[in-house]
Amino acid sequence: MSFAIAEPPANAPTVPGAVVYDFVIPARAPWAHVVKQGQTLRIVDLEGNQAVDCILYDANDPAERYSAAETIVAQQNIFLTTGTRLMSTEGNVLMTITGDTCGRHDTSGGACSCESNTLRYGHHTKHQHACVENFLDALGRRGLGKRDMTGNINWFMNVPIDGEGALGIVDGISAPGKYVDLRAETDTLVVISNCPQVNNPCNAFNPTPVRVTIFE
Amino acid sequence: MPPADLSTPDKARAHARAQAGTNVRAMPTIPASAAKDLPAGVAPADVVWDETMAAGEYGARVLRRGTRLRITNVAADGCASLIALNADRPIERLNVADTIKVQWNAYLGAGKLLLSDMGRVLLSITAERAGRMDSICGASTEASNARRYGSGETHGRHPNARDRFMIALAKYGLGRRDIPPNVNFFKAVTVGEDGGLRFGEAPGAAGDFVELRAEMNVLVAMANTPHVLDPRPRYTCSDVRVTAWRGPVTPPDDPIRTASPESVRAFENVEDYFLS
Repeated sequence: MSFAIAEPPANAPTVPGAVVYDFVIPARAPWAHVVKQGQTLRIVDLEGNQAVDCILYDANDPAERYSAAETIVAQQNIFLTTGTRLMSTEGNVLMTITGDTCGRHDTSGGACSCESNTLRYGHHTKHQHACVENFLDALGRRGLGKRDMTGNINWFMNVPIDGEGALGIVDGISAPGKYVDLRAETDTLVVISNCPQVNNPCNAFNPTPVRVTIFE
Repeated sequence: MPPADLSTPDKARAHARAQAGTNVRAMPTIPASAAKDLPAGVAPADVVWDETMAAGEYGARVLRRGTRLRITNVAADGCASLIALNADRPIERLNVADTIKVQWNAYLGAGKLLLSDMGRVLLSITAERAGRMDSICGASTEASNARRYGSGETHGRHPNARDRFMIALAKYGLGRRDIPPNVNFFKAVTVGEDGGLRFGEAPGAAGDFVELRAEMNVLVAMANTPHVLDPRPRYTCSDVRVTAWRGPVTPPDDPIRTASPESVRAFENVEDYFLS
């Protein structure tokens, strides 16, 4: 569930626009909200190196959704940063990254799941909380489900690929207060999992809250 | 030459029946056991699928656990885009991000696994000759083909892979939401240190192939369409052939299964699944 705060809190975010929504997503929690065309969503890594898994859907036709491959091919680069167009499965632009103080974000590494955790670390991790659990929770509350799962974005997560193709989630390059600004080019349902993973460095082994602010 | 007099149903039927026996390059072999030029050691009676797709064409099939699938780059310039789902429970499907993350490498090839989103192996990659897998760039779409070739609709001259997947899955009762990210064969894409993409333009050789082994009952759909990064202005893609034959379930000492701790657990998860 997500709640719009009626009164701006004492530490109201300083954003270049009128705030229409502001919320701190607790550690390990899911979140979802429709960002209307023209509005901007700012995701703030409050305490530094917190992976924020994210999938986007056309709010009016969720069968059209974020495509990592379309996004990478459109810019011929695997890293997301300012200027990246977040593309849909049908080749339309869902959102544009208009600001990025972190430097680069991942869309190759996918979301952690109870099932993939058993492969990566062992069966002892089966009952640890995971991003796919969060995604299914958020999707389920909106009449969507596992059929709507697809490859995601990982804000603030560092996944380099070396010359031999070796790939892994390594120590992050983010820091407290770093943020991304995403401008909605169409009404976009944004679904987030504030990653609960503690078996690799994606959250610096300490899941923390992140802030989401929508302004226009 | 105009057709003969077709003014009665009998004449129309005779006309239709006269067309049988036509052979084209791209068609299924029916029965599959009549397939020619099989891989060494494959008995005709074990062949369960043999089909050639020309540019823009597609195929789909359920492959029972243990089935081997050879995808052949018949004339060196094909691009096979492939998706896979658990045939028994298609809400479980290929997860390319898990596949590269769990195996610690973005470049797939012989010895690697194609993983589902449920921690299980759908297909092993058992052999290849210049299989050249691309796990990054996905499938062509109507929009991407329209940009490069002027159109991308299924009914036109430049069909796209994504809509081929949609139609293939529709015949199994599935829809757009069920199309997962795909892999591509026979066109390699590598990533530079700065994250930039490099498309391998060097041609392959006729007869290059990749061989997969179904570790579960798998629904595969494959489209043969030009790669999204292929710079050539003309829609260019040569034939791809699929040949599948029955085989035994992978034993515990299989070298692909035992290649890494992750692969061992993936196969253990498959066995656990088949207990119920």
